[in-house]
Amino acid sequence: MSASVLFDAPGPKAVVRNRIYAVVGTLAIAALLGVTIMRLSDKGHLAPEMWDIFNYAGIRQNIADAVLATLKAFGIAAVGSLVLGVLLAVARLSDHKPVRWLATGFIELFRSIPLLITIYAVWVGFLTDYSMWALAVGLSIYNGCVQAEVLRAGVNAVPKGQREAAYALGMSKTQVMTTVLIPQAVRAMLPTIISQLVVTLKDTSLGFIILYPELLQTARLIASNTQVNGMYPYVSTIVVIGVIYVAMCLALSGLATWIEKRGRRAKTGIKTPDAAGTVAVLAGDAGNAAAHGLPGAPGGADGGAGGGGDPKI
Amino acid sequence: MNVLLDHFSEFRDGFIGTVSITAVSTAIALILGVAIAGFRVSPVPPLRWFGTAWVTLLRNTPLTLLFLVTTFVVPEILFPGMSAFVLGSIALGFYTSSFICEAVRSGINTVPLGQAEAARSLGMTFSQTLRLIVLPQATRTVLPPMSSILIALTKNSAIAGAFSVTELFGWQKLMSEEGYDIIPIFIWVSLAYLVVTFTISGVFRILERRMEVAR
Repeated sequence: MSASVLFDAPGPKAVVRNRIYAVVGTLAIAALLGVTIMRLSDKGHLAPEMWDIFNYAGIRQNIADAVLATLKAFGIAAVGSLVLGVLLAVARLSDHKPVRWLATGFIELFRSIPLLITIYAVWVGFLTDYSMWALAVGLSIYNGCVQAEVLRAGVNAVPKGQREAAYALGMSKTQVMTTVLIPQAVRAMLPTIISQLVVTLKDTSLGFIILYPELLQTARLIASNTQVNGMYPYVSTIVVIGVIYVAMCLALSGLATWIEKRGRRAKTGIKTPDAAGTVAVLAGDAGNAAAHGLPGAPGGADGGAGGGGDPKI
Repeated sequence: MNVLLDHFSEFRDGFIGTVSITAVSTAIALILGVAIAGFRVSPVPPLRWFGTAWVTLLRNTPLTLLFLVTTFVVPEILFPGMSAFVLGSIALGFYTSSFICEAVRSGINTVPLGQAEAARSLGMTFSQTLRLIVLPQATRTVLPPMSSILIALTKNSAIAGAFSVTELFGWQKLMSEEGYDIIPIFIWVSLAYLVVTFTISGVFRILERRMEVAR
């Protein structure tokens, strides 16, 4: 725990002081929230009618459609960026200089240009009538470049012996890449890859600017086309849409954390053969994974396979 | 080429706009980020919870949504008629503060335990330990992630253009609406952004070299 670096277990005086800070801090935060809520309710944004609009079937249908549209663009962009990422990563690791330079230039260029600029250029220049595809293509290009760098780091992190052993078995370069290096790189980098997918999911909201009817654009349309008590229900719409976004992103990053935890357990199976006392650690690990029941089981199996395969080296 | 020469003054205004919104929101993000990081490592639980909630909430919200919040909600809470520039800087600064907070926090974690222990045994208080011993050492490890966060902030500032702040994306939009070909516009805007981001990474490279110590 980081906290213990900076302070000792508090003594009686510090306990009192910390309690005072706690009370003052809580009061300050509560006051900030209170003032916010008071100001909003003074202006009538918290009136029940403002929130009743979400009981209408039409508006609910709109939001459901918008979530679907967001997920559709995200799905295409996720697949696109992963495919492009693998291609670019392989190209960057190629033995042919022109291919390597081309890939490096592409990655560096599109990684350092704002995504919105790219999406807008794709939309205006090529896909004016297909805003979903413009959004998906823009997202794929940008995130593909980032994923390529992640994968390249992963491939470079695979122990050198793996590549040498594969070549020694007489595998071709393509075989080494596809059957030995990429799978291990993907597995090691899975948490990072998924974190980048969370970024992709968040960035689908840029569809707002090219008028793709995703969640944010729909929210704006709902808020600006509805009038309650002579006001536009921006506050309530933004709160509801915000909750949906945060929930979606947390679910995806929860997946990343879960895989990271699972991977950490499995990884000991791969790495321990370097160290002494392999067998005991491996056995303990497999038992640990099995003890965790169903969700841990695939990880345990993976770790076992890795452990079984490695000692041959 | 024509598109730049015909509309150079707008382009210059856009460039200045991008640089100034980046500068202002960087200041907001740094101040807030370091403060929240202090909250997150403090011995006071409510402040720690507040810090965690802040980071979780802001990191999982799309920036575009934050721009909507500052455009439509913040003026209702504070006072109406705030300029788009101020609102945009708030959105960008608050969003980036969560990333800065995490970078600073992990930087604090890389400072060897003995340093803080030595400071404490000299009788320093929590804030003295943090201010005089831990943060200066953490700065060194925080610089590289900080530079990529600030580059991301520069790129994110493009969104402000869609919320009527004068900056480079606004110029791109204006020019394409005036009927110029998108490719040259794209090239010029990209070059302008590259100038800003290269400057940032250059400054950080100098800073890193200055703070380098033999270990």
